[in-house]
Amino acid sequence: MKKKLVMIGNGMAGMRAIEEILAANPDMFDITIFGAEKYPNYNRIMLSPVLAGDTTVEEIILNDEQWYADHGITLHLGKRVSEIQRGYKKVVAEDGTVAEYDNLIIATGSNPFIIPIPGHDKEGVMAFRDIDDCDAMFEAAKTYKKAAVIGGGLLGLEAAKGLLHLGMDVTVIHDQATLMNMQLDAVAGEMLRDELESQGMKFRVSTLTTEVLGDKRVTGLKFKDGSTLDCELLIMAVGIRPNKQLAEECGIFCNRGIVVNDYMQTVTDPSIYSVGECAEHRGIAYGLVAPLFEQAKVLAYQITGQGLKSYQGSVVSTKLKISGVDVFSAGDFMGGPGADIVELTDRVGGVYKKLVLEDDKIKGVVMFGDTADGPTFFQWMQDGKDVSEMRSTLLFSASGLGDSGHSGLDQASQMSDETIVCGCNGVSKKDIVDAIVKEGLTTRKEITACTKAAGSCGGCAGLVDQLLAATLGTAFVESDHEPICACTELNHEQVKEQVKNKHLTHVREVMHVLDWEGEGCQVCRPAINYYIGMIWPEEAEDDRTSRIANEKMHANIQKDGTFSVIPRIYGGETTPDALIRIATVAKKYNVPTVKITGGQRIDLLGVKKEDLIPMWKDLDMPSGYAYGKALRTVKTCVGSQWCRFGTQDSTALGIHLEKELERMWFPAKVKLAVSGCPRNCAEATIKDVGIVGVDGGWEIHCGGNGGVHVVATELLCIVETAEEVEEIVKAYLQHYRETGRHNERCAPWQQRVGLESIKAAVVDDIDNRKALVERLHQYLATQDKDPWVERIEDAEKENLKTFTEYKPIEIPVRVEA
Amino acid sequence: MNNWIEVCKLDEIPRSAARTVRAGDTVIAIFRLSDDRVKAVENRCPHRQGPLAEGIVSGDDILCPLHNWRIHLDSGEVAPPDEGCVKTYAVKIEDGQVLLSLA
Repeated sequence: MKKKLVMIGNGMAGMRAIEEILAANPDMFDITIFGAEKYPNYNRIMLSPVLAGDTTVEEIILNDEQWYADHGITLHLGKRVSEIQRGYKKVVAEDGTVAEYDNLIIATGSNPFIIPIPGHDKEGVMAFRDIDDCDAMFEAAKTYKKAAVIGGGLLGLEAAKGLLHLGMDVTVIHDQATLMNMQLDAVAGEMLRDELESQGMKFRVSTLTTEVLGDKRVTGLKFKDGSTLDCELLIMAVGIRPNKQLAEECGIFCNRGIVVNDYMQTVTDPSIYSVGECAEHRGIAYGLVAPLFEQAKVLAYQITGQGLKSYQGSVVSTKLKISGVDVFSAGDFMGGPGADIVELTDRVGGVYKKLVLEDDKIKGVVMFGDTADGPTFFQWMQDGKDVSEMRSTLLFSASGLGDSGHSGLDQASQMSDETIVCGCNGVSKKDIVDAIVKEGLTTRKEITACTKAAGSCGGCAGLVDQLLAATLGTAFVESDHEPICACTELNHEQVKEQVKNKHLTHVREVMHVLDWEGEGCQVCRPAINYYIGMIWPEEAEDDRTSRIANEKMHANIQKDGTFSVIPRIYGGETTPDALIRIATVAKKYNVPTVKITGGQRIDLLGVKKEDLIPMWKDLDMPSGYAYGKALRTVKTCVGSQWCRFGTQDSTALGIHLEKELERMWFPAKVKLAVSGCPRNCAEATIKDVGIVGVDGGWEIHCGGNGGVHVVATELLCIVETAEEVEEIVKAYLQHYRETGRHNERCAPWQQRVGLESIKAAVVDDIDNRKALVERLHQYLATQDKDPWVERIEDAEKENLKTFTEYKPIEIPVRVEA
Repeated sequence: MNNWIEVCKLDEIPRSAARTVRAGDTVIAIFRLSDDRVKAVENRCPHRQGPLAEGIVSGDDILCPLHNWRIHLDSGEVAPPDEGCVKTYAVKIEDGQVLLSLA
């Protein structure tokens, strides 16, 4: 028979413990949960952003009611437990509901502290603690204009910012001289105050409130110095008190909170556990979210009898969740007399960083303005890392990414696997890296969608980006045998081999013959479609349904569902007539944004889907393939034709290469550049292939990238003539087409296979070079038509559906009787 | 009561792809699955309103073109770990005609 587990409290800490228990042993307990609030578990630390309008109540629900049902949990919402009967091992709720337990978890959290000054019970005086408080503040802001917040700490400032956002006139009253004095020193506090004042917040610091004025409803405040302040809404945000009443009443030992041992058991009754803000461990009741995740894990290990993981307490760091204000603090940030302090103050730039050191180790950190390195410093502080050798550069950037991003040494790679990256959702480095590798993720958004990291306050977004860069940069070495995605067991090389050996020419055929799981996904289907076209150019049938939206539509989908149109402008050289045509089209179709791109062409943004074909027709210019894993641009400088420094005609070579290689599909997008002299105005050395003219010849550089992870090119070879450039560039690109993995840019590909092997294949072995060029030409011969022209022709044929794919069908709206 | 409206012929929707239908302010995506069954949902991903019709059809699911959310076309439910739901519409095929109900 299953044991009975009852939990009092339905908040973040308790629910995290339940999730951990289910993960450790899903069948051990029948679980019953009592929640005093009427909402299922939500992310309480996100209430401030809700109030500030950055997110909504729906978005911060962590477990909806269906989740409880799916896990067989009995949930009593809106039922307050009135008594724990330890002798009978049962709890009784106010409405008479009874639940028996073998194990009980008390996760009642904390209550806001209301200062017992005269008038504190008037209407319009409230705390900021739950969704109901949030709603009350929304309501109040509709009727009243003037608000006061007592408490200039984390929660008080976040509440004040929220009220400001709701259009209220807000004054924050703080009893200390420094805002957030528990987390900030005087300098940081002052900078924070300046910033918030510039956002419209008012302050009364070093001020004690003695009385709340008004008859029935609050009308003002009276201070110790006799002065007063008018207000119609008063938020008290002076701190929280662990909610220990139930435990105390049934004889469980409590101090400030419910006292627990290192296994989160109450010291009085080992069948009863406590976790979260109500629990006191080694004298500390934590009021922040991060320690709860570890506590929850320890509790789950202990209660399911899995082992001896114990809780040793947490070192906590703080971030303020006000958009546009970055504050970070951890440890002993004040530093006593004679403390070893490294600091940087830039008041005009709004940046302040201070590290308190002891024996060359970080003891505390406080940062304002630029807090990107906060988590690194915090990690080093916990690790006791010796920073003596970095003293002189410590405050400029803890991470290599701070300068230009290609040093390869960044904070993400130095973190241990278990380090929590996203404190809001308790996601570790390992969780994120595993997700990137196993799911083939390439953007932070995908990581957030998959793991929830960076999905709440967003404070760890930078760190997640670093993990992404670090993981993608090396994953190609480490994950040689990783399958393409969850739909198959096979990796890229195995799929290519099978496509070749079994002569597979359809995406569906590949998935069928190779035992695919289901109908594939956005990772594997486009990859297969690329491989069949690359290996069997003359026979493979391009499967448009396996192309992502951009490639299917021959236009880039934008965030609002409109598209962008970029015609090809060879080498970035255009003519007055072409510009007039683009301008005329832009006007005719009311294009909202016309943008010069980084690739020296013109982007028409915000185009409706149904306008695409008529626009292409009016433009009468080739498609720029800006939407595809294809040849994008060949960027050029003006070169010897005009430039007084130019040594080679870079524009002519660039235009020639772009004409030769247009319509070429690759594993990932490909960008070229040609500079006419070593001054390199076309920035050729961060391109997939960059050509730099020198006196008497050309340097061919390759494998560069200017994206998330900046990589400079490596020198492939130096040749004398433009014809040789053309041949070697073609061979290099075909070699990449054949050996690159889908979605792998040139730079990581080159790092994976090595420059030497590439040199051998495309420079030294002249026969192989010619064969590569020959295969490239064979492929190009199959791409004989511009895709825009194809679509236009389709549209003009009778009875063809393609055109209408671009246009919605109109139907009448039927109003229900 | 379903009020069935004729929308188009089945073979006017490419297989494993979609057509959009506009009814007043609402845009509905009608998907033709690989086995020629049809499904209809509102053409707005619950995440960032991505046009689902442009996504990749995988079995009975659609992958949103903006951020690859996976949405089950029968229930309109978003696959975990994401959460959300998109409005579904009744749709059927009769004599090669696709019929949609806005009820």
